[in-house]
Amino acid sequence: MNAHDSRTKPSRRFRLLALLGLMMGALLLGACQRGDQPWRLTNVSGHMPDLDFKLVDDHGKEVSGADYRGKVVILYFGYTHCPDVCPLTLAQLHQVLTKVGPAADNVRILFVSVDPARDTPDIMHAYVNAFDPRAVGLSGTPRAVEALSKRYRSAYTREPDKGDGQYEVSHSSALYLFDRDGKARLLSTPANPQDDLVHDLQLLLDKGA
Amino acid sequence: MKHRPFFAGLLIAGSLFASHAFAADADQIKASQAWIRVMPGTLPAGGYVTLANHSDHAVSLKGASSASYGHVMLHKSSTEGGMGRMEMVDSLSIPAHGTATLSPGGYHLMLMDAAKPVKVGDKVSLTLNFADGSTLVTDFDAKPANTVDAADAPMDHAHH
Repeated sequence: MNAHDSRTKPSRRFRLLALLGLMMGALLLGACQRGDQPWRLTNVSGHMPDLDFKLVDDHGKEVSGADYRGKVVILYFGYTHCPDVCPLTLAQLHQVLTKVGPAADNVRILFVSVDPARDTPDIMHAYVNAFDPRAVGLSGTPRAVEALSKRYRSAYTREPDKGDGQYEVSHSSALYLFDRDGKARLLSTPANPQDDLVHDLQLLLDKGA
Repeated sequence: MKHRPFFAGLLIAGSLFASHAFAADADQIKASQAWIRVMPGTLPAGGYVTLANHSDHAVSLKGASSASYGHVMLHKSSTEGGMGRMEMVDSLSIPAHGTATLSPGGYHLMLMDAAKPVKVGDKVSLTLNFADGSTLVTDFDAKPANTVDAADAPMDHAHH
């Protein structure tokens, strides 16, 4: 376990630094382009890859990023045994979509589990439905989840088992926003006010972007 | 022989004096806005409460227990550095004539191994444990999973 931890920690730190570096770069770029787009969140247009993955949804159906074209997507990494931060984020997203109004029917929250060992499609189904009907629970093989995580420079680490089968997973708290064509457009962090998320989602929806 | 009764008497008197002079910590604490986020099945849930301390000294919350959950632990969440993580904490200090709040995203009780699934609308009894050994039994309101905070009423979407 210790050897595993020491191997993953540098990797996690590296990916975390990469994410922070990307966010800083995006902020600088956003500043330069301030007059170009009225975004309030961090603009990552052209700096992150298109939405693409091969996972299983909470109905047990194999899905890919292409299945969500036509929808504005909010991508979030978490897990069901996270009893505080993840439910809070999803509850806030429910609040956001409620504020957006009927247009939010064209939004999908993709909740990707970083704990595939415990988060089966059935558990994910009950979980996401407790928050919002537009939320989709995605799980898959550890390899597939890691591939998606790396694609967006997200990081997650399984903390040491406490001996009773209980363990926590530290994970990125960022939200990744994609337009209807699956292009990565915006990055949101817990520090961003909820109204900024509402505002930018409405823009993504209105522009048909 | 003459000293033994004297010492015993002193100990008894001292003990009585101490217990009479200082009220239990739990008696100085008022709990309000206590709620639990209802999670599907028996997934771990967060418990939240506001604790007001009416005494002249800091009071330390050490944890909680409940007949409804096999394990209850005091935890703190953070999203520093862009990472969501959670850690156990030994205690939470409630300052003299002050308030400590357990709320989503911060300090909370992690409730695990539910004896049976909790339903929205239930009142779940939790026993709050303080450092001096005293306890405070409080009913926590079971709220929907997508509740954002204690003031968030179901169907109420007013701006906070």
